[in-house]
Amino acid sequence: MEKKLPKIEISEKLCKGCHICVEFCPKDVLEMKGFYASVKNLEACISCMQCELRCPDFAIKVITE
Amino acid sequence: MAFDYEKWIRPGKLPHIWCPGCGHGIIMKGMIRAMESLKLKKENTVIVSGIGCASRLPGYIDCCTLHTAHGRAAAFATGVKLAKPEMDVIIVGGDGDGTAIGGNHFIHACRRNINLTYIIMNNNIYGMTGGQFSPCTPTGALASTTPYGNPDPGFDVAKLAIGAGATFVARGTSFHANQIDKLIAEAIQHKGFSVVEILDDCPTTYGRRNKFKSVIEMMNRLKDIAVPVKAAEKMTAEQLKGKVLTGVLYKDDTKPEYTVEYDKVIERAKAAK
Ligand SMILES: Cc1ncc(C[n+]2csc(CCOP(=O)(O)OP(=O)(O)O)c2C)c(N)n1
Ligand code: SF4
Ligand code: SF4
Ligand code: SF4
Ligand SMILES: [Mg+2]
Repeated sequence: MEKKLPKIEISEKLCKGCHICVEFCPKDVLEMKGFYASVKNLEACISCMQCELRCPDFAIKVITE
Repeated sequence: MAFDYEKWIRPGKLPHIWCPGCGHGIIMKGMIRAMESLKLKKENTVIVSGIGCASRLPGYIDCCTLHTAHGRAAAFATGVKLAKPEMDVIIVGGDGDGTAIGGNHFIHACRRNINLTYIIMNNNIYGMTGGQFSPCTPTGALASTTPYGNPDPGFDVAKLAIGAGATFVARGTSFHANQIDKLIAEAIQHKGFSVVEILDDCPTTYGRRNKFKSVIEMMNRLKDIAVPVKAAEKMTAEQLKGKVLTGVLYKDDTKPEYTVEYDKVIERAKAAK
């Protein structure tokens, strides 16, 4: 069965570049691109919501159906 | 589905003032999830703070809020609760605000067992004013005012609260983000004085000075030192060295609550006339 991938939105207005989401993503989906967090490999995402939960700045949203 | 934090945030208030990686934002999000899970009403919820980075929190939340004087949040909250006992009143603030200048208000609020929830965001330092040591700075740690190492032992906030008479005491950390909302929700539901200590991270004035390479290192330390109370029961004293217990540490539903007792005083005073 094909898994459903979420949509990940990162707000450059809110992201402060702390690395927390990148570091604690269990599947290495995210990376820092310049100052901001960015999606590197959405295919690996398991929609665990860890990044959204831990972001201190309301900057990353994991939108599932 | 992504959680709708915006519902509880005052329009146009983000980004908040906290530094990159500051745990205060993680705690504020946990608090919002707790208020939402309990279906609290904005018009019936009051958040009260003192002064400090942590105490800036009420400015962001779209409900009834009070940003008061340094260390005095518990006193203001007591007044609000006595006037409006039907409202959910939550105090937030830092370790400096709550255990240094506000230490006296804190212990006496615990002693009265008034139905308030106190969320203490303990980052072991005065963050806002540039990193002076607080009563929660560990022995040996570096602060702007202890450049050769802090000689004082730090307070154990949870033990202090239990000793002073709080009837619900819990501890979490900014690393254990998922647990923060559950602890706060349980604290709000408890009918009596509840204290939730969240071990927090201040990468700017504590982390750097104490040789943490990044906020990630601070997070990993919180992960390493935290032991859930249940797990601790099966551990030896040796294994528990350097660890801190997390979860609900104390709960007592038998003690009289202050606003209820105060109503009785009013009745007695009326009858005596
Ligand atoms: C009466 C008074 N004394 C001192 C200060 C200066 N002051 C502002 S915030 C603060 C400490 C805040 O520390 P904490 O409560 O731990 O909050 P944090 O900034 O670490 O989140 C101090 C001493 C003040 N504002 N008012
Ligand atoms: S939802 Fe989980 S797997 Fe997906 S990016 Fe976030 S932390 Fe990584
Ligand atoms: S956790 Fe939030 S603020 Fe930090 S890098 Fe990721 S998106 Fe940006
Ligand atoms: S100084 Fe410390 S407590 Fe204050 S916002 Fe920065 S990281 Fe947070
Ligand atoms: Mg502090």
